Amino acid sequence: MKVLTTWLREYLPGLNVSDRQLADDLTLRGIAVDGVFDLNGAAGADLGANDSLFEMDITTNRVDAMNHYGIAREAATIYGLMLNPLETLLPAAKPGPGHPVRIEEPALCGRFTARVLRGIRVQPSAGIIAQRFALLEQKLISNAVDATNYVMLAIGQPTHAFDLDKIEGAIVIRRARKGERLKTLDEIERTLDPEDLIVADEKKPLALAGVMGGWDSRITPETTNVLVEAAWFDQISIRRASKRHLLHTDASHRFERGADFNAPPVASAMVSRFLLESGGHIEGDFIDVVIPEVEARTATRSSISFAVSEVRRILGPTDDPEGITASTAEGILAGLGCGLQAQAGEIYDVTLPSWRLDLEREIDLIEEVARVYGYNRFRNTLPAFAGSVVELPWAEKESVVRHTLLALGWTEAISSTFCAAADAELFAPQPNSAVAMGNPLNEEAGMLRPSLLPGMVNMLALNLNRDVEDAALYEMGTAFSGSTEKVDERPALAIGATGRAFGSADVDFYDLKGSLESLLAKFASRSLYFDALLLPAWLHPGRSARAALDGSTVAYFGQLHPAEAERRKLKQPVYVGEIYLDRLYKQALGQPVARELSRYQAVRRDYSLLFPDSVSWAAIEQALNGLNLVELRSFAPSEVLRDAKSERIPAGHFSLLLGAVFQSNERTLREEELQQFSRRVIDALEAVGGKLRAG
Amino acid sequence: MSEDAIPQLSGYSEAELDRAFAAISREVAASAAGLQTPEAVEQFRLQWVGRKQGRLKAISDAWLKSAPASAKKLIGQRFNTLKAEIEQRLDAADSTKHDGAFHADAIDITFPGGRRNPGSEHPLIKTLNELVAIFQRMGYSVGVGPEVETDYYNFESLNFPPGHPARDTQDTLVVANQDRKPLRDRLIMRTHTSPVQIHTMEQQPPPVRIVIPGKVHRNDAADATHSPIFHQLEGLCVDDNITFSDLKGTLDHAMKELFGSSVKTRFFPSFFPFTEPSADVQISCPFCGGKGCRKCKYSGWIELLGCGMVDPSVFGFVAQKQPAYDPKMISGFAFGMGIDRIAMMKYGITDISLMYSGDLRFLEQFA
Ligand SMILES: [Zn+2]
Repeated sequence: MKVLTTWLREYLPGLNVSDRQLADDLTLRGIAVDGVFDLNGAAGADLGANDSLFEMDITTNRVDAMNHYGIAREAATIYGLMLNPLETLLPAAKPGPGHPVRIEEPALCGRFTARVLRGIRVQPSAGIIAQRFALLEQKLISNAVDATNYVMLAIGQPTHAFDLDKIEGAIVIRRARKGERLKTLDEIERTLDPEDLIVADEKKPLALAGVMGGWDSRITPETTNVLVEAAWFDQISIRRASKRHLLHTDASHRFERGADFNAPPVASAMVSRFLLESGGHIEGDFIDVVIPEVEARTATRSSISFAVSEVRRILGPTDDPEGITASTAEGILAGLGCGLQAQAGEIYDVTLPSWRLDLEREIDLIEEVARVYGYNRFRNTLPAFAGSVVELPWAEKESVVRHTLLALGWTEAISSTFCAAADAELFAPQPNSAVAMGNPLNEEAGMLRPSLLPGMVNMLALNLNRDVEDAALYEMGTAFSGSTEKVDERPALAIGATGRAFGSADVDFYDLKGSLESLLAKFASRSLYFDALLLPAWLHPGRSARAALDGSTVAYFGQLHPAEAERRKLKQPVYVGEIYLDRLYKQALGQPVARELSRYQAVRRDYSLLFPDSVSWAAIEQALNGLNLVELRSFAPSEVLRDAKSERIPAGHFSLLLGAVFQSNERTLREEELQQFSRRVIDALEAVGGKLRAG
Repeated sequence: MSEDAIPQLSGYSEAELDRAFAAISREVAASAAGLQTPEAVEQFRLQWVGRKQGRLKAISDAWLKSAPASAKKLIGQRFNTLKAEIEQRLDAADSTKHDGAFHADAIDITFPGGRRNPGSEHPLIKTLNELVAIFQRMGYSVGVGPEVETDYYNFESLNFPPGHPARDTQDTLVVANQDRKPLRDRLIMRTHTSPVQIHTMEQQPPPVRIVIPGKVHRNDAADATHSPIFHQLEGLCVDDNITFSDLKGTLDHAMKELFGSSVKTRFFPSFFPFTEPSADVQISCPFCGGKGCRKCKYSGWIELLGCGMVDPSVFGFVAQKQPAYDPKMISGFAFGMGIDRIAMMKYGITDISLMYSGDLRFLEQFA
C-alpha cells in the first residue's frame, strides 16, 4: 500500500518529526514501512523534506491501518498528538424523503446508507484528488469514481456511486436468486450464486455487495443524478463471494477483514462533498439503516476486563526497572481509542473502538500495550529450566545411519516429496498404496512419493545429463502410503550410485552390498542374510538382492532394471537401493563388547579349489561355519577366477583361492593340529562340490 | 682467504669469540655443500678432522696456545660445538651414501593422493543440526510431526478459523478426494511446522520445551528464493512463568550462538494467528557487522524469523485434550524459522532449487 506523508500530515498538524523518523517509529510499532521514496524529485532532493511516499506492508489483522487516516491515528498515539477531525460538513438538502432502502439480510448487511445528489456534473477530477492520485500512480477515471476511491484511501471505507436514473424503485439488499445475472464493472457477465449478497433495486441486481458495482448502473459522462452508497457488510459473506467469483477488490479486501461500523455516514459525506464541487445539490433525507444486533457486536460491543498484572505476567520485565505501569498502559489504550473505566486493583473495564474489530480479548490489549510501548524496550531474559530433555526415540539411530553413510562416501541429497504416477506404481513397496494429490504442483508431481527411489533415480539421471558421471547419493526422508482417507508416513532411505563413485572401478552390486553390510553392522542383530527372493520390478533380476535382518526385510538393492534405465535414457548402469528405516529403527544399536585377544600365533593357510558355477559362496560359507571349528578364526575368498578361456579352469567352473586363519586362545597350534583342521576344511569344501587343485 | 691460513682472533670477549667461530662455521658449511660422492665425503673429513692436517685441530691449537687462561674454557666449549656440527654433517652424508640405492625407487610425490572422499553433508541438514544442537544445549527436546496434516491441526487449532483471510497467505497442497469430508478432517500438506505445537501439547502437560525441524509445503510458484518444498524449525516453550522477555532473551541467545556473539537482535510487531503478541525478528547483518552489504540489502539488518507468545485460543484448543493448558495459569512462546533461508545465507547459496536438485556439483562443495 502506498501512503503520502503530506496526506498524513494533513491529519496531524502537530507532527514535527521527519518522514524517516516517522517511518522508523511506525515500523517499530508494527505498521511496517518497507520503503521511503522522496517525492521532491531526484535532482538536488532535500533529504530532510517531509514529502515522501511510503511503501507500506500492513498485516492482515490491521485493516484499520490500511488507509491514511488510520496510519495518522497510529502516529498520533505514538507521539501523543491530536488528530484532526475529518471534514464532513454538507450543504443543506432539498427537503423530501430519502431514497427507500430495505435490508433483507440483516445478518450480512449491518448498515446501509444512501444519499441522493442531483444535478452534478461528471468530469475529470481536479485539485487535490488529481494531484495525490498522480503521486500514488492511481488511475483517474471521473470525479464521481475518483471520489469514492479517494475516500477509501483516506479512511478505508468502501463506497459506491450509482447512476440514480438506472435504479428502479427501492434499494434492496438481498441474496441473489438462482440464475440471476449481473455484469460487473470489469465487464464480466456473471451468473450469481444464491449465496451472493447483492445490492438490487425492485427489478434487478445492481452490484455484488461489498465486492464490485454493476456495469449498467455505473457512472457515465451522461450521469447527472447519483446515489451514494456507504455500507457495512459481514466479513465472511464478502470473503466467500470474492472467492466464488475470483474477484478480489480493494472493497472486498477491507470488508472481509472487518470494516468500521461507524464509518459509512462519514464516508458518504466525504464523497458527497467532492461530488458537489462540480455543482448540484443533495435531495431528500440521508437514509441510514442500522441493524441494532450488528451494531451491538461491532461498534458498541461489550467492554472487556483488563488487568495490569496480566500485562506483567505475559510480557515480563522492561529495561526500565519500573516495568509497565498502570498509567503507561492506560495512556496507550486511551490513545488507541479505548475507553477505560478503572475498577479495583489496577483492573479496568475497557470499551473498544469501532474501527478495531481485531480487539476482542484482554490479550489483544496486552499486545497493543507491548506494541506501542516498543518491543525492544523489554529485557532479554532466559527462562529457568524445568524438566528434562527428551530425545526422539530414533534420533541417535538416524544420526548413526547418516554418519555411517557419509563416512562410506555417500553424499546426502534431498528430492521432491512428490512423484509421477508411473513412478509411484513402479516403486511403491505395496501395490496400489500410493496417495494422489488433489492440486499437484505439476503433472510429474501427482502422487505423494511411496518411496524415496523416484527422487533418487531422477537425481542420478539429472547428474548423468549434466555429465556428472560418478555419483553416490542417499536421501533420508518421509515416504507415504495408504489412501486419501488416511495417509501413513514412514522414515525411509534411498541410496543410488553410478560410475566411479568409490574409486577407480565402476560401481557394482558389491559396493552397495558392502555399504549396507557396514551400515547394518551398526545395529544389534542375531542374523543378517541376503537373498534374491521376491525382488521388486525396478531391480535387475540377476544383480539384486534383499537384505534381511533378524528375518525382517530391511532393504532391496541392486542394479536398476535395464529396461527402466533405458526408458529413462540413462547412459550407464545405475545401482539403487531402498532401506526400510522404520524396520531398521526397531533394532537396537549394537553395543560393542570387547573380547579376549589371543596371545598365541595365528597361522594362515590357503586352499585352491575348483567349484562348479552352481555352488554359491553362501554354500561354501555355510559348510565352513557348519564345522563349528573354534580355531578357524576367519576365512575369505582371496581370488576368484571365472575365465572360461583359461586352460586351467574347465567350462562351467570357477577357481577359488580361499584364505583361512587358525588361532587358539589357549595355546600355540601344533603342526599336526593344523593339518587336521585343514583336512576338515577341505572335506567340508569337497562335500559342497569343491575339488582341491594340485599345487 | 687461503684454505690453510689460520684466522686471527681479534679479542677474547664472548662476542668476539662468537664472531670468530661463526666465520669458521660458515666455512664448514661452504665446504660441505657438495657431499654427493663417497670421495667428496672423505675429502671433507680429511680437510676438517683429519688426524694429521685437520684444519679444526690446527685452528684450535693456534688459538688455545696464545689465549689467556681465563679464555681457554670459552674457546674449548666453542670448539666442541663446532666439532659436533662437523660430525653431524659427516653422519648425514654417510646415511645418504647408504640410502643411495633407494633413490632409484623414488616416486613423484607431486602426483595427486589416493583421496578417499567421505560423502558431503547436505547444507540444509547441516544447518538444521546446528540449530537443533543450539536449542538442545538450552534444554530443548527434539520432536517430529507428520508432513500430511488435517486442516484442524494445520489451521483451525492454530486459530486460523475457516474462511479467515490469514489462510490466504499459506496456499495449501491438498491430498486428492477431500471435498466431501468436513473441513477440519481434510488432509493437506502441512504449510508450516506449527501443527507440531498442538500435537506436542496434546500429548504432554506443561512444562514443554521443544524444537521441531521438518519439511513443509506450499502451493507457491518457485523462484530463486521460493520453493514449494522447504524446511522450518519450530520452537515451543510453555511453563507457568514464561514471558515475552524470555522469548526475546531465548532468541537473542540462539542467534548469537548461530552467528556469533556480536550479532544483535531486534523485534518488530507482526501478526500470526497463533501468537499474540507476535513479532518478526531481525538480526544485525553478520556479514558486514551492520554497516550494510549486498546480503542485507544495505540495511544492516536481516529478517530471520517469526515468533510470539502462544495465543490463549491455541491453549483453548489444546485444553480440550490437556486441561493443564489453562491460559490463566500458564503462558508460553513459540517461534519458527526457515532453515533454507538461514542455510542460503550461511553458505552464500543464491538459488534455493539447487538444494532439492541432487546435483552433485552443488552438494560436494559442502564436504
Ligand atoms: Zn550486511
